[in-house]
Amino acid sequence: MILRYLIEKEFKQIRRNAFLPKMIIMFPIVIMLVIPWITNLEIKNISLLVVDNDRTTTSQRLVHEMEASNYFIFKGMSSSYDEALKEMEKGSADIIAVIPQHYSRDLVNTRPAHILIASNSVNGTKGSMGAAYLSNIVIPSTGKLPISVLNLFNTYQDYKVFMIPALMAILLILFCGFMPALNIVGEKEVGTIEQINVTPVGKFSFIMAKIIPYWVIGLVVMTICFILSWAVYGITSAGPLAVIYLIAIIMALIMSSLGLIISNYSSTMQQAMLVMWFCMVCFILLSGLFTPVRSMPDWAQYLTEINPMHYFIDAMRIVFIRGGNLFEIMPQFIALMSFSAVMGTWAVVSYRKNN
Amino acid sequence: MTTFISFIIKEARHILRDRRTLLILIGMPIVMMFLFGFAITTEVRNVRIVLVSSSIDKTTQKIANRLDASTYFNITAMARNTDEAKTMLEGNKAEMAIIFSPDFASHIYDGEARVQIIADCADPNMAIQQSNYASQIILSELSSAGVSNGSALIKLMYNPRMESAYNFVPGVMGMILMIICAMMTSISIVREKERGTMEILLVSPVRPILIIIAKMIPYLVLGIVDLILILTISYFVLHVPIAGSLLSLSAVSILFIIVALSLGLLISVLTETQVAAMLASGMMLLMPSILMSGMIYPIESMPVVLQFIAHLVPASWFISACRKIMIMGVSITMVWKEVCVMTIMAILLLTISLKKFKKRLE
Repeated sequence: MILRYLIEKEFKQIRRNAFLPKMIIMFPIVIMLVIPWITNLEIKNISLLVVDNDRTTTSQRLVHEMEASNYFIFKGMSSSYDEALKEMEKGSADIIAVIPQHYSRDLVNTRPAHILIASNSVNGTKGSMGAAYLSNIVIPSTGKLPISVLNLFNTYQDYKVFMIPALMAILLILFCGFMPALNIVGEKEVGTIEQINVTPVGKFSFIMAKIIPYWVIGLVVMTICFILSWAVYGITSAGPLAVIYLIAIIMALIMSSLGLIISNYSSTMQQAMLVMWFCMVCFILLSGLFTPVRSMPDWAQYLTEINPMHYFIDAMRIVFIRGGNLFEIMPQFIALMSFSAVMGTWAVVSYRKNN
Repeated sequence: MTTFISFIIKEARHILRDRRTLLILIGMPIVMMFLFGFAITTEVRNVRIVLVSSSIDKTTQKIANRLDASTYFNITAMARNTDEAKTMLEGNKAEMAIIFSPDFASHIYDGEARVQIIADCADPNMAIQQSNYASQIILSELSSAGVSNGSALIKLMYNPRMESAYNFVPGVMGMILMIICAMMTSISIVREKERGTMEILLVSPVRPILIIIAKMIPYLVLGIVDLILILTISYFVLHVPIAGSLLSLSAVSILFIIVALSLGLLISVLTETQVAAMLASGMMLLMPSILMSGMIYPIESMPVVLQFIAHLVPASWFISACRKIMIMGVSITMVWKEVCVMTIMAILLLTISLKKFKKRLE
């Protein structure tokens, strides 16, 4: 009964806050309409400069072929390699192709004719992919070999489908982890927590009252996100939504517990926020959300084993993209359940009414 | 002046007293550098391949060896037909299947030879890269089998070993400086407001502007300490060379720190509570600084509208300048554009926030 009034109080406080309601509306919109367009590692729009020292019809035809390629933005011709290099240093060219003198003559006389490709590889993937695309154009192929690529799952290669489940994870961290933690530390800092502590309100109901509103908000925002993804991109979950909500609630529990543990050990908001942020960055980076776990070295792969985020994202992706059901995510489900049990207990135990 | 210095000392004590925060402010860059340097890569590695070939001949054997020898791929299984390979992909036993048409070697020159790559596209970013790499290797193996004297000499500039740390280190620098200088400053100013102690400070004989500057200086110092830490780790542990002049790198970093501090000031003027300041700096500074700065995702691959927004993110200019000076080793004249933009940003932000700050006082 008392819990009901406490929850009502929290909701009122949230509603009165100048910033929170706006954020609850804005957040799903930004996260669904903007971020999926950014998180794309596809290599596109490579700026290409060509230095043609041959100036024959053969070399011109080659330049036209480069120009016609979809991978490159053709930035024109440079008179010399040095000049082209200057452009690269300025950042206005990513890749330079130099056609040597006597290129076409050497080709005809079957002497070695090398085209130089200099590619800016500060971003290694981009540099090497660009060079590879370009060399495919340059090498006069001996009869094209048809290589066809077929994609299983997610046939349209839409990375949005891949990102959406992961973005839900970020959302849950923010709403169910960050917010309650900051809220409690805020009460501590202002001193109002003492007033709650002298009331007969139990530990458990106080904590629940802090957490439940944010869970509700988190799940509502998540639902808005799913509706948006269906309305805007036509992307829907391949597996049952009920399973997704189930793991989302478990994840919310884990995140809230983490937030609570942190807030119980911090005295100022700045502290809580930094520790939370730090944990969040480590969780996200070691979860396979942005970068694949399989590319990590062994020690980092072991670290992902103790990261609840990793199981959550795997489970989300199996259900959302591959259409798995609860049975298929059993290992992740069990892992998440045990995490929530351990952390939930820790959170309640570490909360003290008196110092 | 002495009061001003005592103000700085006061702020420094605030920070130093909070051991845990300090530990994280110093520890975070270290952990991030190690994570990004060693663990977080978008490189294609250890991709498990299933080969499907009805008859192994010389050419397919050569291609298989080439694929297996590369760091990207391991051939882990052979399958008799496509369905068997698909089952393996679905069971997560492999990431990719490569299928050669029957009697591959004898059909290379009559156009009958075909290769099909089946990729597990649940992660499209990686799948595209993987299938590209695989096609590259297959094509180069076949063209070396063919007769052609035309070829390309590929020179990977600035980063011949394709280390991803070269790309990440400037990004991590931008992110850490943003957190410390913008986020922490804004929160520490708003805390004074929220607790009501700001009014007390303002009635002191020191001019308001100096109080704010005194609040920023310790964070500025922290930012510089972290910067030195990051550069040390990147140089000695990750072996990322500092190709350009350290002086211009420091100058650009200091400029960026000033931009970040003025952003923090602006946020602290606009918000009333710590939660709001934190969310504002988190949403408006950190998210964009990580996602839209070119730290992980290249800006030029984004849609045009977002590219425009990305150019409004200060971190994107800093990271670009940093990459040029630190990794490419170009002279400071090549980064005048970035420097100009950041200078204009700093001036604009400072003017706006100081104007607003004065208004609040009256």
